[in-house]
Amino acid sequence: MTAYLLRRLMQTILVIVLMSVIVFFGVHVIGDPVWLLVNPQMDQRDIDAAVRALGLDRPIWEQYLHFVSGALRGDLGRSFIFGEPALGVILQRMPATLELAVAALVMAVVVGIPLGLYAGLKPDHPLSKAIMAGSIVGFSLPTFWVGLMLIMVFAVMLGWLPSTGRGPTATFLGVTSSMFTIEGLRHLLLPALNLALLKISLVIRLTRAGARESMQQDYIKFARAKGLTHSRIVRVHLLKNILIPVVTVLGLEFGNLIAFSVVTETIFAWPGMGKLLIGAIQTLDRPVIVAHLIVIVLLFVVINLVVDILYTVLDPRVRVVGQAR
Amino acid sequence: MAPNFRASIEGIALISGELSMVLRALAISLAMVAFTAAASSQELKVGLSAEPSAMDPHYHNLTPNNSILSHVFERLIATDEKQRLLPGLAESWKVVDETVWEFKLRRGVTWHDGSPFTADDVVFSFQRAPNVPNSPSSFASAVKGKTVSKVDDYTVRMTTGAVSPTLPNDVATLMIVSKKNGENAKTEDYNSGKAAIGTGAYKFAKFTPGDRIEFARNDAYWGPKPKWTKLQFKPITAGPARVAALLAGDVDMIEDTPTADIERLKKDPKFQLSQGISNRLVYLFVDHARDVTPFATAKDGGEIKNPFKDRRVREAMTKAINRDAIVARVMEGVAVPAGQFLPDGYFGVSSKLKPVAYDPDGAKKLLAAAGFANGLRLTLHTPNGRYINDVKIAEAVAQMLTRVGIETALEALQPSVFFTRASQGGPNNSPEFSFILVGWSSGTGENSGSVVPLVNTFDRAKGTGTTNRGRYSNAEVDQLSAEALRTNDDAKRAALLAKATEIAIEDVAVIPLHYQVNTWAARKGLSYKARSDEFTLATDVSEP
Repeated sequence: MTAYLLRRLMQTILVIVLMSVIVFFGVHVIGDPVWLLVNPQMDQRDIDAAVRALGLDRPIWEQYLHFVSGALRGDLGRSFIFGEPALGVILQRMPATLELAVAALVMAVVVGIPLGLYAGLKPDHPLSKAIMAGSIVGFSLPTFWVGLMLIMVFAVMLGWLPSTGRGPTATFLGVTSSMFTIEGLRHLLLPALNLALLKISLVIRLTRAGARESMQQDYIKFARAKGLTHSRIVRVHLLKNILIPVVTVLGLEFGNLIAFSVVTETIFAWPGMGKLLIGAIQTLDRPVIVAHLIVIVLLFVVINLVVDILYTVLDPRVRVVGQAR
Repeated sequence: MAPNFRASIEGIALISGELSMVLRALAISLAMVAFTAAASSQELKVGLSAEPSAMDPHYHNLTPNNSILSHVFERLIATDEKQRLLPGLAESWKVVDETVWEFKLRRGVTWHDGSPFTADDVVFSFQRAPNVPNSPSSFASAVKGKTVSKVDDYTVRMTTGAVSPTLPNDVATLMIVSKKNGENAKTEDYNSGKAAIGTGAYKFAKFTPGDRIEFARNDAYWGPKPKWTKLQFKPITAGPARVAALLAGDVDMIEDTPTADIERLKKDPKFQLSQGISNRLVYLFVDHARDVTPFATAKDGGEIKNPFKDRRVREAMTKAINRDAIVARVMEGVAVPAGQFLPDGYFGVSSKLKPVAYDPDGAKKLLAAAGFANGLRLTLHTPNGRYINDVKIAEAVAQMLTRVGIETALEALQPSVFFTRASQGGPNNSPEFSFILVGWSSGTGENSGSVVPLVNTFDRAKGTGTTNRGRYSNAEVDQLSAEALRTNDDAKRAALLAKATEIAIEDVAVIPLHYQVNTWAARKGLSYKARSDEFTLATDVSEP
């Protein structure tokens, strides 16, 4: 197990280094952030001073080496816009994004799996057909449009839910989150739903396909022949087997939810990492872009590791690579 | 029995009398509580279009920061909605010697922590402002060349190297911070609120980056009593989401209403709009310097001499543009055609210049006279999303030019890419493009803040022409501008600036298109005094 983990760690470091090089040089090629930062009233000497202060007058490879030496000490640079350490700026907004991602994931599982199972077990029922049609709509509609429609219907026309922002937070067991307050949940509902729509559709289709396939398998026939109740067959035997693809996809999608929920966060003015990233890209705030992507890579690696471990829980035949002797 | 009975009736009457008195008193006090509660807890929620980057007034010279921090901090000289100067923390100011200005400070002003405001705070602020670490765009230009010294607790003097008639305009941009609290404070301390002690109408309450900014009323404010008990600012950068928040009642007022929603809000009786012309000019700039310019070729693509150097071509271009149509159709009426750098009423503008009339036939004749009867091919570069409807305006301009024979292709770039290349994408870090659409707003609210950066010759040492990407150079304009900057007499200076503007515009140094109009939308009952500096101030929101 340790050998396996060590190997994964090495791979992770390699990916991070590669990614940081690509992003660093890529952002540099796009443009010079100075022109977006400096006040146009400043005369040339002050602009030059600002450039020197940001370290942008040195050649790009020198800037990269400076970045690496800082990164090894845990300092991923200072945001050009906020002046605060880039990593700090990102971590400050991470709880908000995590809340949104977790809420969307929970919705996807709680809504998607039962609906998918129903559609898979009773494929000819009109409700199943409705569910499948709904899932197509779910992943075809653009997030931007759905978000605005949700706001228009539930906030403006009906007035049931707030249209923007994150609600008040409360602390429970050491974790501060807006999920622990009623107002917070009301603010969370629409953006989480907006994010979750795509995942729900995905999970429905995966679960349905898995259910339909597995129902044909021999072991199900034997279980029925043995006299087990339908609900036990589904709960204990079927579910575990169809969950492997679902878990894989949800794992990747969870990473996506955290890293790139830019559109939803912008529409709902949710103070998370996604909104920070798009702002950083528009203003060429390179330290924040690089720091954000490093955090994301670490995140994906951890998620992948968790997913792999979950496999062994779900399917005892799967051994972690390197463990089988 | 009877006396007992009577006594008991009297007793009951007495008790009920007292009871009713008590009840009445209770009712009155409840009503009073309800009344005062309703009157005293008035909260204003505002939806912002851009996020302030910090709560430190010296950290970043950026409009969202300058606008929101005006509630907590104040300046020596305040500005009204047309950026005219008013007494702020300074009651009066005058020139005592050619290069020395004296400011008399307001007495009786206290900081939010109770300590008195004195000249020490002013001196400290001017020293701190250019030296804030990590500042992406500092206030160095506001304090440059000025040595601030304390004369007594309520008088300061500012000495400059040369005559500096626009000193008050520069001073009007800088907010004053408390020396006691700010002595060793960094930007992080302002963001957390520890050092965010000001003299303004509101006190800092909470700053959650990206989420909201909250202020509370300063009951010890020296000026008119602030109306609201609490202020809440929420940055909502997506235009439609901002409008939705207003419609849903989650905010009371929004700034920067998208032009597409203005008609709808105008018709809705639940909301009212406040519109005001901005000091931001949208204009076109051409390459005046190079002999061959990369993005201007003959109709067939062959190389030609730089056509923009011929004044007739420039004049043809400005005549070919139908400014009224752009304002009516592209800007949906929310703009004002422009004939110079600043709208009427601003200091130093020319009363003679009017927006150039649409004259496509005249344009064609001029082109023929210049030798381009067969037309030209140009590429217009524009940023995408930096100015209101920038790409749509550029498309309209390209079409109008094509109609008179100047075939114009359009290239829209992300602002980050556009500005880098427009300023230094060419060889030797010179401007790359030949024909661009850009905007400009004079930070000082008067014309020298436009004439000097835009149409004075680019000179790194002198600091002129910093935004002169077309590298226009006219000795007469330079000379008039320099003289204006040396003239303390307001009337003379205004006349010099007006003359310089007239020469530059008649020479078609730039092609002005229009001034943006800013629109604030609020729920019915709230009206906002629209400001040309695009600030959104709760102190300017009133209920009739």
